[in-house]
Amino acid sequence: MKSAIIVFPGTNRERDMALALKRISGRDPAMIWYTDTAIPDVDLIVVPGGFAYGDYLRAGAMAARAPAMRTVVERAGAGAAVLGVCNGFQVLTEIGLLPGALMRNAGLKFICRNLDLRVETTGSLFTSGYAKGQCLSIPVAHNDGNYFADDATLDRLEGEDRVAFRYVDAEGETSEAGNPNGSARSIAGVLSENRRVLGFMPHPENATDPALGGIDGQPMFKALVEALS
Amino acid sequence: MSIANATISLEQATEHGLSEQEYANILEILEREPSLTELGIFSSMWSEHCSYKSSKKWLKTLPTEGPQVIQGPGENAGVIDIGDGQAAVFKIESHNHPSFIEPYQGAATGVGGILRDVFTMGARPIANLNALRFGDPAHPKTRHLVSGVVAGIGGYGNCIGVPTVAGEVNFHRAYNGNILVNAMTVGLAPADRIFYSAAAGAGNPVIYVGAKTGRDGIHGATMASAEFNEDAEEKRPTVQVGDPFTEKLLLEACLELMAEDAIIAIQDMGAAGLTSSSVEMAGKGGLGMELDLDAVPVREEAMTAYEIMLSESQERMLMVLKPEAEAKARAIFERWGLDFAIIGRLTTTGRLVIKKDGTVQADIPIDPMVDQSPEYDRPWEATPAPSVINAADVPAPASLTGALATLMASPDLASRRWIWEQFDHLVMNDTIVRPGGDAAVVRVRDTAKALAMTVDCTPRYCAAHPETGGAQAVAEAWRNLTATGATPLALTNNMNFGNPERPRIMGQFVGCIAGMRAAAKQLEFPVVSGNVSLYNETDGEAILPTPVIGGVGILPDASKYATIAFKQAGDAVIVIGETSGWLGQSIYLREIEGREEGAPPPVDLAIEKANGAFVRALIQDGRVSACHDLSDGGIAVAVAEMALASRGLGAALDEPGGGPAHALLFGEDQARYLITTSDADTVLAGARAAGVPASVIGQVTGDGQLTLGPGDSISLDMLRSRHEGWLPEYMRGA
Repeated sequence: MKSAIIVFPGTNRERDMALALKRISGRDPAMIWYTDTAIPDVDLIVVPGGFAYGDYLRAGAMAARAPAMRTVVERAGAGAAVLGVCNGFQVLTEIGLLPGALMRNAGLKFICRNLDLRVETTGSLFTSGYAKGQCLSIPVAHNDGNYFADDATLDRLEGEDRVAFRYVDAEGETSEAGNPNGSARSIAGVLSENRRVLGFMPHPENATDPALGGIDGQPMFKALVEALS
Repeated sequence: MSIANATISLEQATEHGLSEQEYANILEILEREPSLTELGIFSSMWSEHCSYKSSKKWLKTLPTEGPQVIQGPGENAGVIDIGDGQAAVFKIESHNHPSFIEPYQGAATGVGGILRDVFTMGARPIANLNALRFGDPAHPKTRHLVSGVVAGIGGYGNCIGVPTVAGEVNFHRAYNGNILVNAMTVGLAPADRIFYSAAAGAGNPVIYVGAKTGRDGIHGATMASAEFNEDAEEKRPTVQVGDPFTEKLLLEACLELMAEDAIIAIQDMGAAGLTSSSVEMAGKGGLGMELDLDAVPVREEAMTAYEIMLSESQERMLMVLKPEAEAKARAIFERWGLDFAIIGRLTTTGRLVIKKDGTVQADIPIDPMVDQSPEYDRPWEATPAPSVINAADVPAPASLTGALATLMASPDLASRRWIWEQFDHLVMNDTIVRPGGDAAVVRVRDTAKALAMTVDCTPRYCAAHPETGGAQAVAEAWRNLTATGATPLALTNNMNFGNPERPRIMGQFVGCIAGMRAAAKQLEFPVVSGNVSLYNETDGEAILPTPVIGGVGILPDASKYATIAFKQAGDAVIVIGETSGWLGQSIYLREIEGREEGAPPPVDLAIEKANGAFVRALIQDGRVSACHDLSDGGIAVAVAEMALASRGLGAALDEPGGGPAHALLFGEDQARYLITTSDADTVLAGARAAGVPASVIGQVTGDGQLTLGPGDSISLDMLRSRHEGWLPEYMRGA
């Protein structure tokens, strides 16, 4: 699997993502500077985590207008696989590749810890390596992970099986206690209509190395490698 | 030579914090009256904060050498050899005064400043730590200060993408008017590519990069060199404003340029901004420097020379480049969207010449200003020796587990999860041991190694007996690194004290240094960098003496380390080291009996070293399933922390013999560790052979209970809810 990572000024988890991709695909991803509209022919484009433009305006708002993102939108339109993690998820909603928006955490504080997640669908490139209903422990690190969309949109996402992951409690159930940031219907990840774009708030790239306390992110990358190689 | 507005009075000099004698020295050095800009430059350079005038005499007595030391104190940060051609670069620095006045920005720029100190030397920062002291939780400002400081540290560190992996927090009324915010950064660099500040090459251009200069932070260094009074809040304009996004760009641009053969000298603009950075670079290089302030990128109109020279605007650097590298360097900084301006050149005159609007605003001989910076041998008086408290005179609690629950929910021992979950401690993908243990462990990428790191100080010990407290702070940092299995390599210190002009305070400083010196020497744990923050007093009330130690150690094999969590039921719990039941200055005595009294536990450095070496070898040999250093709250608190860190495992301790149970369980004797093992016989035999005291005191259980004595048990669920509950409830205002 060939991959590319878009790097904006202020992006800070591109190295983590590159490590995970290298570890699992065996190939170094291409690092694409935000001004570069020529993205090589790759199987997966990743918009990584961090604080593009410091999140000073609104998380993801400036990055969504960067030249490289025009190419990402074109490629996505042509069916390319795109993964947006954390800040990348925010960018993908800002640019309209995914519905909804990510607002300030309900508790108004940055949250960094491992969270329990439940796999809601196996019907995508990103989730085919998991079992439906499987519970995962993957870290989050964000200020603005409170997923919002209007009820009609949420109903549609659910009706089209496009909710990929939900935050759950220790018992594997959605609940107020298990929803760290106030996300609508506990949504942690959503798929595009063609199911080839995933926005995901947690950091699967930080859950691929057994030495760091958990590998629940590995099946996502393994499934991508299998499907896209 | 004509100097603009050369009409300075002695009053203006004293308003700048200079003494009459210091002002007389300035007149002598200049052979005339200074201009206002010159007065500003001298007053900053000679402030306590920049000149270390009260502390220098004593700091010089600390051990700073060892085979592992590449660069000791005197540069932006210390540098140690960690093998494989790599170096660890680290330092701790205070941002106490600004954080009290404006907690978010004060703490944020404290983090930004220490990060810059580390990447200025060519290192990529890999971890941040912090040591925080707040006032009494009941004080009306405390909650606001905790909230702002934590948000500020997170706001800066999370945005720039360096994990915040460890820290410590105390609450005490002595910090009501002066909180302490000490931030530490650890970075990695190739050992043969460390960058220094000494300029070279007369005629070479002096280059300014980074953010634009504004009016923020003017006189920050002077503010940090005086006591507070009721007008402290009016000093808000002297606090800088942080911009972590710009610093991230500056970090990446600097590291990119450092990979080229381009830089002769580089210095960040920290305290006293352009003044100290230009003096530092030219002074260390034995050269002069001429600056044209009209070329300095500014973000406000009509800034005067005085303001530009004293601004502490953040995220700025000064560099001297190889002339042929200028175009390449400019392209890198412009690509990152940062200012890049030639603002002057090096000269052979040995003078700092500042021009603005075509006129000379300052013309100062650098060497005399640096060499004749004040150095005081302040009078000091030793702290009276406290009396030793006999454990038999301290009443037993109604129940041992009841006392434990009270301690675990007390402000100094309650869980810090509420704090560290607001810090991104995982970014960079190398955090092996996360916050909450004895020390964080961070992997060194592309090698088998890892670094362990910690910050420690027990101010109540330092107040009771400064020499013991100073030694204990060093020993505890060393012990916390050892408890992960690491070999301690070197330390950085942050000396936080009151007004050094009071002999009692100066005596605390001198005593703590003496203890630190002895411990650093005996434990082969040299000082490679540090920072001094004095005048932490408000209306004559000083803080507790707080010499914070930041320690760094190495694990040659990142897969061989210990954590504090119990691993399996049936493991023996073994205490390494001698337990006498020392209750003087203990948390138990303070929280249960309401007494802050007595002599602190003695520190025997030879025993410390022997016990630590034994524990480290056990971990490296894979004989230990968990390890925790014994400190605040003694055995009982350590056992509780080990249980709470595990997946539901408890412990049952045997009834202790040889003294009152509460003293043996809560006493704070030094040089001790608690370990668990499935192979107690081998451990005990090894201890006997090594002459290290070791005894089995109980075992790990699977029943979710902690048992401290016959019929005296508490459920882990209860203990957890007390321990985890205090800080979030306090911060909610409950």
